[in-house]
Amino acid sequence: MAEGRPMQAQQTQEMKVATGDRPILPEGARTVPIYIMGKRYEVPETLTIMKAMEYVGYKFVRGAGCRGGICGACSTVYRKAGDYKLHFGLACQTVVEPNMYLTQIPFYPANRAVYDIEEIEPTADSVYELYPELFRCVACNNCTKACPMGVEVLDYISALKQGDIARAAQLSFDCIQCGLCASRCMGELPQYHIAQLARRLYGKYIQPRAEHLKKRVEEILSGKYDAMLEEVQRMNREELEKLYEEREREPDLTPPGAWMPKDIRYL
Amino acid sequence: MGYTPELKELIKRVEATRPARLEMARRGEHYPPLSLEEREEVLRKYHPDYQKEGRRIVRVGPNKGELFQNEVADLLESRSMVRPEKVDLSEADYDTDVLIIGGGGAGTAAALMATDHGAQVIMATKLRHGDANTMMAEGGIQAATQECDSPFYHYLDTMGGGHFTNRPDLVAALAHDAPLSIAWLEELGVMFNKLPDGRLDVRHFGGSCRKRMHSAGDMTGAEIMRVLRDEARNRGDRIRVLEFSPAVELLLDEEGKCAGAVLFNMETRECYIVRSKAVILATGGFGRLHIKGFATTNHYGATMDGVVLAYRAGVGNEYLYSTQYHPTGVAYPEQNVGLLITEKVRGLGAHVLNIDGEQFCFPLEPRDVETAELIREALERGKGIVTPTGRVGLWLDSPMIDLLHGEGTVRKELPAKFIQFQRHGIDISKEPMLVFPTLHYQNGGIKINEHAETSLPGLYAAGEVVGGIHGENRLMGNSLQDIITFGRRAGARAAQYAKSGVRIKRLTLDHVVKFEKELEEAGVENPIVAPILLPDYSTEDVRGRRWMDGVLEAE
Repeated sequence: MAEGRPMQAQQTQEMKVATGDRPILPEGARTVPIYIMGKRYEVPETLTIMKAMEYVGYKFVRGAGCRGGICGACSTVYRKAGDYKLHFGLACQTVVEPNMYLTQIPFYPANRAVYDIEEIEPTADSVYELYPELFRCVACNNCTKACPMGVEVLDYISALKQGDIARAAQLSFDCIQCGLCASRCMGELPQYHIAQLARRLYGKYIQPRAEHLKKRVEEILSGKYDAMLEEVQRMNREELEKLYEEREREPDLTPPGAWMPKDIRYL
Repeated sequence: MGYTPELKELIKRVEATRPARLEMARRGEHYPPLSLEEREEVLRKYHPDYQKEGRRIVRVGPNKGELFQNEVADLLESRSMVRPEKVDLSEADYDTDVLIIGGGGAGTAAALMATDHGAQVIMATKLRHGDANTMMAEGGIQAATQECDSPFYHYLDTMGGGHFTNRPDLVAALAHDAPLSIAWLEELGVMFNKLPDGRLDVRHFGGSCRKRMHSAGDMTGAEIMRVLRDEARNRGDRIRVLEFSPAVELLLDEEGKCAGAVLFNMETRECYIVRSKAVILATGGFGRLHIKGFATTNHYGATMDGVVLAYRAGVGNEYLYSTQYHPTGVAYPEQNVGLLITEKVRGLGAHVLNIDGEQFCFPLEPRDVETAELIREALERGKGIVTPTGRVGLWLDSPMIDLLHGEGTVRKELPAKFIQFQRHGIDISKEPMLVFPTLHYQNGGIKINEHAETSLPGLYAAGEVVGGIHGENRLMGNSLQDIITFGRRAGARAAQYAKSGVRIKRLTLDHVVKFEKELEEAGVENPIVAPILLPDYSTEDVRGRRWMDGVLEAE
């Protein structure tokens, strides 16, 4: 479908509507000039940078991913005419502005340390050993300014310098690993890789484990539910529907683990 | 930003009818729901899954004679990117135990399990490792981990949600493994929401009898994906990731076993031969086909590649006629188009309105019915609102929520949506939202058994690319669970098979030659070339100026 099928408006009507992700310019729609890597194009206002680039004919191989602001594929740096200031954003989330000069940074080389999650000690020293460059941070805060997700990057790096893995894990949770922080770092830190390490250490070793889950796993591995699942697979539709209708519903407001149903045959 | 003056003018019509509608809502009156007969009719006429128009019988391959959406049928009747006579199969560029095609949640879970079972893995992915719908799943992951719950009830809820059309063996596998998957993810360091004592926090969801939805903030899929990817990167000596290198054809050996794939480097346009003892397809869904022109919640690469590759190798699919649409996707602003607006907005009392500010449907019909009614109003009756980028939408009158439940309710109940629109200059507690149905999930796919095996020896499949687990309707939170459960099963099984002494004989693309001959004999004219790999969003104007393309295509 390289030619891109022109998606027709639905069968019964004549109005032309944009479909999929391809915009159609209605009559009288306003356009604005933008400069893609220095080259001027006229694009409809209200488009995102990503859709504006597609509108003028770019087809992304790199630089597009989820198109919903969560995957970090479309990091973009831009400046506005007559303004020295650099701005940072995701191409799929940032709306074009007149006379913006932009380029994408779809990949940034950053050092990532290899480690064994089973062997590693969940301590700050482990983090320092894997990422000694952590202490090259000069607290300039360029990382935080560049973050398109509003993550307090410098704060989590500082937390790690102080040995607080849990705080770093929580502060960095919204990170989408786009790499813009690393691209702006004077100390050449790979912030987002360090944060990933902190979050895994926290999730595996620091956050308390779910004891009820451990028990459930043992029950499953002991075969406790095998017969039940075989029985229910053999049921005909009528029997299944009856059981389905008769399900007891856990109350909305009771906290997890506090309620038990009357019928405990299948627990 | 915010609404344009033209749209603001139209919002006045919504505001004009609002006081009377609020009075109605306060009296507990609502727009009358459809009768069962009316439901059936609106579904039949306007729901993409039910419409006769836009579907056709597929004339070739394992599902020959079955009805599919045109966009899907075109791909099932497509020809290969590869010209078999030009390919030198005598030497492989890569040799491995397990080749995994797709770098999302299912593929990465499979890669980790395959290495646990001693296999060497190559993972070929079209975009970057982790570019997948997994990354975008916000809601959560189901598993019966609590004392009041059990795999039995997970099974029952899932079957009921799928109108009892699901494959029982696959649902049993899902329900059985789900807590094991959660424990595995916890072990890998996924930061699940927990109570202070470590108990997993769980919530209800549509169709659940027990609280079974686990989450990690409001980015559960992203958290799972980045942890799995991080672990795969730690195993770089055993998992080699080839990015921007989608598979464009499977390879068989002369004994008819699956034995590798042809990869296509999208940046250099070279092809590579991978010879592998086992192959796992984990390429995800088809949202980017924009079936019937719908916007989608899916990521950029969701183009049904795996189903196409398997089909030419003789592996059919199940339930692929069934697509999950969500009635209220964003139609404006452009940067949010296609993203979901939760049912909760209507649950809190927001009316759905046409361009004149009039109600035209009961706002809480079942999803498929609601979808059909919105389509009818906008497209058949011409009562939709056209946006500056040429989209059509209908109003979702969110300001009613604060007026009905008190100031601040929108902010409290819908924090993420509030921020998402506020970022673009729209205060949804004061201004309505523009919505239109959006394509969300591929319910069907490659036919597998409970071990994630396909009918082709050596070929496995997992994730959104497979069918049967969800029947004709998927429950929230079962997709993230399905990629982990079946990804793990596929990885373990494929590694065991690869290590069991299987020997790959001479490689062949004869199945492609045979399939293309079948196309010709069936009279399929001008079959498209697939997998399409990426959607094309260039405008007609731009395409019209690509004069060179016409010359090249004519050769």
